[in-house]
Amino acid sequence: MPSKCIRIIPRLDIKGPNLVKGIQMEGLRVLGKPEDFAYQYYLDGADELLFIDVVASLYGRNNIVEIVERIAERIFIPLTVGGGIRTLKDFYSVLRAGADKVALNTAAINNPSIIRDAAKNFGSQCVVISIEAKKNDEGYYEAYTDNGRERTGVDVFEWAKRVCDLGAGEIMVTAVDRDGTGQGYDTRLVEKLSKNLPIPVIAAGGAGKPEHIVDVINTANVDAIAAASIFHYYYVLSINKETKEFEEGNLSFLTSIKKGDLSHLLIPEPVGIKNLKDILKKVNIYCRV
Amino acid sequence: MISKTSVVTIVDYGAGNLFSVVRAFRYLGATVVITADPKATIKASKIILPGVGAFGAAMEAMRSRGLDEAVCAFAAKGKPILGICLGMQLLFESSVEFGFHKGLALAKGSVKKIDLLKNNDSYNIKVPHIGWNSVLSNVEKDHYESNPLMKSVSNGSFFYFVHSYVVNPVDMQTVIATTTYGQQCFCSVFNRNNIFGCQFHPERSGEVGLKVYKNFLDTNM
Repeated sequence: MPSKCIRIIPRLDIKGPNLVKGIQMEGLRVLGKPEDFAYQYYLDGADELLFIDVVASLYGRNNIVEIVERIAERIFIPLTVGGGIRTLKDFYSVLRAGADKVALNTAAINNPSIIRDAAKNFGSQCVVISIEAKKNDEGYYEAYTDNGRERTGVDVFEWAKRVCDLGAGEIMVTAVDRDGTGQGYDTRLVEKLSKNLPIPVIAAGGAGKPEHIVDVINTANVDAIAAASIFHYYYVLSINKETKEFEEGNLSFLTSIKKGDLSHLLIPEPVGIKNLKDILKKVNIYCRV
Repeated sequence: MISKTSVVTIVDYGAGNLFSVVRAFRYLGATVVITADPKATIKASKIILPGVGAFGAAMEAMRSRGLDEAVCAFAAKGKPILGICLGMQLLFESSVEFGFHKGLALAKGSVKKIDLLKNNDSYNIKVPHIGWNSVLSNVEKDHYESNPLMKSVSNGSFFYFVHSYVVNPVDMQTVIATTTYGQQCFCSVFNRNNIFGCQFHPERSGEVGLKVYKNFLDTNM
């Protein structure tokens, strides 16, 4: 009897018109156009896609709603959108654009009742609570907001229980200290959360090689894994071969990569989605093929 | 290719996210009509009953618009109807989601909750069931392969599910395919004559999901 089918979710951080990626959620580098990466991930067997607007400019120029709208025209897997969503009207805007779920962090911390209202209006399955967790000096895991910049004083495990009670459909937990470092997931954090919660848990932050993904699945009882750099860096050269120009942002990273300089990648073993699933299958992890 | 005359009517009873269903049918070249009007529903050539949300609220929303009778009148003409997710559950006689509620009764059987399993003080199988799962033929090979909805869809294909409740059809011959989640095996594709249902979301199941929608557009009833 197969156990649950693990979802592989590429996470695409977006700033303006660009796909970006930081290290420990800081120092954003431009990697290309989100549309190109999203479509490639869809073709290669991604189970869902997650888009986070890292500057939370929902209605600004080149906003994420427009990007998602374009992506949803030709991609038929679940799409989750987060970053800057504060009201039920914002929820409706992104669902209308083609998203299936909305990821909330700051808005939920500031106003937890939005979880209940959103679940009631759009269904629990729409509401993904994103928790940015960081072990603080007092030795407990504290929830952060604003891409790991702002402390909240809220205990991660208490917060997770509370959002379940309020009607959240899923929880994504990002270990802020691991994000973009390629050092592996914080499996203890994820395991403790997942075992104590009745709703699905998505592990995020830290995947640097396929082994890290195998580890978190085997030890932490997760339902899904989200990862960014490990996928982006695998595809970045082939995807940008065709693309001629980019607008905005610091392009030096992209330029150096195009010149073949991979020295500052940090990610030990980038992997394609198909290859990753082959690896998972070999160690008897059940996933969609 | 699908002929230009391919029209599908989506019954909009005011609950759930229709956008991705609409996009998928448009992508396939169909003309999509979205209606909350009982008359337009009865006159349609093919209807989709979508659905995300709770059973009781959905039935109430349909009744208040006269859409429950319209959908039944449409089905009585022998034209094809496809219920998706909650839309499939609404086709059945009753549900116990947040109290006892009567359904459209176009299919015999009831709707019940997925069993939550808690082993050794930790949650292993979670509810809602969110994610991809394989859909396996429950009937003789020829019967599955010749089913209008599953034509050219390989046995065991993966589809995307989001649900906490499952249907429990009385007639096992109407269970075209099943899916297993944890210890529970449930009906994931239902068909009796012109009445079709799938528990998964074809519009979120990639190419194989689009194939199911194309098959529905190609039904000739």
